[in-house]
Amino acid sequence: MIETTHLTKRYGPTTAVDDLTFEVRPGLVTGFLGPNGAGKSTTMRLILGLDAPTSGSARVGGRRYTDLPAPMRHVGALLDARAVYGGRTAYQHLLCLARSNGIPRSRVSEVLGLAGLEAAADRQVGGFSLGMSQRLGIAAALLGDPAVLMFDEPVNGLDPEGIVWIRSLIRDLAAEGRTVLVSSHLMSEMALTADHLIIIGRGRLIADTGVDAFLRAHTEQSVLVRTERGAELAALLVEAGASVRTGTEGALVVSGMDSAAVGLVAAGRSIPLIELTPQRTSLEEAFMSLTRDSAEFSSARTEELV
Amino acid sequence: MSADIALAPPPAGAPERRPTLADVVRSEWTKFHTMRSTRFVVVAVVVAMVGLGAVISAGTARGFVRLTPEEQAAFDPTLVSLRAYFPVQWLFGVLGVLVMTVEYSTGMIRSTLAAVPRRGRLLAAKALVYGVVAAVLGQAVAFGAFLVGQPMLAGQGAPTAALGDPGVTRAVCGAGLYLAAIGLLGLALGTLVRATVGAFAILVALPLLPTVLPLLPGGIGDAVAEYWPTVAGERVMFVVDTDGGLPPWPGMAVLLGFVALVYVAAYTALRVRDA
Repeated sequence: MIETTHLTKRYGPTTAVDDLTFEVRPGLVTGFLGPNGAGKSTTMRLILGLDAPTSGSARVGGRRYTDLPAPMRHVGALLDARAVYGGRTAYQHLLCLARSNGIPRSRVSEVLGLAGLEAAADRQVGGFSLGMSQRLGIAAALLGDPAVLMFDEPVNGLDPEGIVWIRSLIRDLAAEGRTVLVSSHLMSEMALTADHLIIIGRGRLIADTGVDAFLRAHTEQSVLVRTERGAELAALLVEAGASVRTGTEGALVVSGMDSAAVGLVAAGRSIPLIELTPQRTSLEEAFMSLTRDSAEFSSARTEELV
Repeated sequence: MSADIALAPPPAGAPERRPTLADVVRSEWTKFHTMRSTRFVVVAVVVAMVGLGAVISAGTARGFVRLTPEEQAAFDPTLVSLRAYFPVQWLFGVLGVLVMTVEYSTGMIRSTLAAVPRRGRLLAAKALVYGVVAAVLGQAVAFGAFLVGQPMLAGQGAPTAALGDPGVTRAVCGAGLYLAAIGLLGLALGTLVRATVGAFAILVALPLLPTVLPLLPGGIGDAVAEYWPTVAGERVMFVVDTDGGLPPWPGMAVLLGFVALVYVAAYTALRVRDA
């Protein structure tokens, strides 16, 4: 269980985290979403006691992180997989961390196996690919067999096999009753792994909601219709209860009616259709429209796409 | 891959043992001896202190016959054999600097502080590990330099010293202690500055500055120079005392007091700064 209460962090004139209050519950995968620069990593650093909040607080299992006697046995975190000393072997790197919390050597070998790094145990981590570094970071997070796990952008740089591996690992960890917080800037990734979403933009909480509820609320089904008798068809569709707006190049975007029904209406008056395409607002689009106002850098190109 | 085998007893977790300073020391020792620079610097220290020391001893002894009677009376064979301490202190210092700054340059510091949130304990563990290594290494190379240097002096007909002579053992042990103190100073500077180059620049400047201090107007320069930490610390290596200055141990106390002050600053900075 992670709780933040009015958590705020300012760096000079910049407010990186702005009055964040949320709870991350055990047994679920909670996706921590936001555009780059939204304050996800800062929030994680605040939870881990690495940075001190300007005001507010963060607690893990009811205690401040810095008050945990053996923190690795409570919280495992993967922040930046590349932040390792390249001259150490994977085994040595994990042993350094394990010893500081009184975790036995045998557990180092265990987590190496768990992360699929047995064969690379005695290789220097400086030569690791990003995917192997991510696995090493996850192995480190699991060292203390903690009840709370935080992963900052864990799928970054992983190959497809690695992505499948991390997704199922994250699901398994939550299924065992652990609290799992996974940050990402990709809505589609979270739709696949998360049960719950905490969405932030410019350091502020935008949404704290279940994934299903979010999908229902923010994705809309529509049908794209193209015909030479657009005005006539539009009037008929509105009469039949659909709502219609004009899309690009004279196309009609119909909502509140599926493509089969649209086709029937057109056939009833023998209106020839050039195109009839069911559409679904993508998750990324829903996410972007939600965070657009708060995205730190929103390029002209992004605006066009939305 | 199945994740639930090794994770079997879930949130209850492994039986928790409250980690102690000893655990953190063990962790820091593992870090220290797996650092690439460690072996390189230790070899360089031995070669420079003993090898360069022997060259300095032989060279100085060759010039002995050309010295004036006063200079010959002031000849300090112990100090001559330990002279290589001057460049060697930078090697001790830079390894101390690196013990902390590689954490920052690699970003490892965030994993380290997440594992050990008690920052004072972390600094204490690093200082203990490196302090013991530097103390042992310092004594070893100081005695090595003395024992190799004296035959070099004798070979050229210059006076020599023996460990049994008054003040000689104190000077040799003192040289080792001085080197260990500068090593620990490097660790504190590394903690304070966080960047290798910046911390090392201060460390290099520290023993060089006293050479320009006498240029200050009035007697200020001389007064400052007497209590300058490195100048005061070096006094312990003098057996034949000619140019005044602080007595051996008060001088060493000044250096150690200075190092302690830098540690207070380093600890405060480490406590209050974001990682």
